Amino acid sequence: MALNWFKYSSPQTFYPLAGRLIPVFAVLAAVLGAVGLYIGFFVAPTDFQQGEAYRIIFIHVPAAWMSMFIYLVMAGWAAFGLILNTRLSSMMATALAPTGALMTFLALWTGSLWGKPMWGTWWAWDARMTSELILLFLYIGFMALQASIDDPRRADKAGAILALVGAVNVPIIYFSVKWWNTLHQGSSISFGRSPSMASTMLLGMLVMALAYWMYCIAAALMRVRSIILERERNAQWVRDLKGAPA
Amino acid sequence: MKTRHKRLALVAGGVAVLGIAAALILNAFQSNLVFFYSPSQVAAHEAPHDRSFRIGGLVEQGSLQRQPDGVTVRFVVTDTAKSIPVLYAGILPDLFKEGKGVVAQGKLDTDGVFHAREVLAKHDENYMPPEAADALEKARKAEHESQRTLVMERAKETPK
Repeated sequence: MALNWFKYSSPQTFYPLAGRLIPVFAVLAAVLGAVGLYIGFFVAPTDFQQGEAYRIIFIHVPAAWMSMFIYLVMAGWAAFGLILNTRLSSMMATALAPTGALMTFLALWTGSLWGKPMWGTWWAWDARMTSELILLFLYIGFMALQASIDDPRRADKAGAILALVGAVNVPIIYFSVKWWNTLHQGSSISFGRSPSMASTMLLGMLVMALAYWMYCIAAALMRVRSIILERERNAQWVRDLKGAPA
Repeated sequence: MKTRHKRLALVAGGVAVLGIAAALILNAFQSNLVFFYSPSQVAAHEAPHDRSFRIGGLVEQGSLQRQPDGVTVRFVVTDTAKSIPVLYAGILPDLFKEGKGVVAQGKLDTDGVFHAREVLAKHDENYMPPEAADALEKARKAEHESQRTLVMERAKETPK
């Protein structure tokens, strides 16, 4: 028999699956995070021009990657929800937004901390930073819009449209350093070109990126479980869950 | 056509239209989105002359001079084609170095000197240990040296 892909597309079957997956991703996040930080702070060499200050890259770059990637995934789930009218897709989009906003905030905050000693300013209105700030507002706008509409179905639809409209901002953030003169430097890692960093630095950054991935998946799954319980609270299986001994 | 196919077409079409609109708008605002002008652009009068703007480029080797008052510095910003002298009173960022990137905000004087209010360092996307940077620098110098000697050899070989 072929694998039934739709088995886990209903909240009722996804709920226990998510519960089983969370510890796996959480443990992986902790282990990879510890290894990544160790490489970043103790193994990776000092940089030739920025000295030790460059080490914030291990926090900053993975956060910035996640902030853009999560937005695309969120917009993708929102589109699924809009097109197929599936409940779980919209719940996934809703669950991803706060994690995405957190990543965007982290990227902006660590970038600011990095900018002061290196560039000489906390903030500059260049294309990269401005578009990343717009991304933060998009996440906050998505959450606020969904929270302001009582009917979850309508909230999902309105949010999905906002998420899809905002998706044009992601390529703008990514390519801003290529298209315009910016204070922010270009990408050290891009497709079709060898990375312009020493290999241990690169390794540390990639391990940290994996750790962020695992954390974001675990956090989104935990949040989606709460959303499922909240929205399906009148369903028989949730009532059974409540009645069942923990 | 099923409803969900219709909705898929609607969503895909909407996103495509938005993408094109965004591309056109950004293209139209191309000149307003630059963070700084290069010395060549300034020389071509593309930069505003009545209000302050930013220039960016490399600090020319050997151009940094500290004025006798101790706080004012003078340096030349170049994009290897054109260059602009800059006058700035204040603290320079740590990464400010001759031969490295810089972005300065200020006004262009009538005498062609740029009076900067703020000077920021712009670094590149290369990260490597100092030893590797040294090795690269040495290799570059060695290559330069060998090229020079080759040219001299060839000059000697040519009959007079």
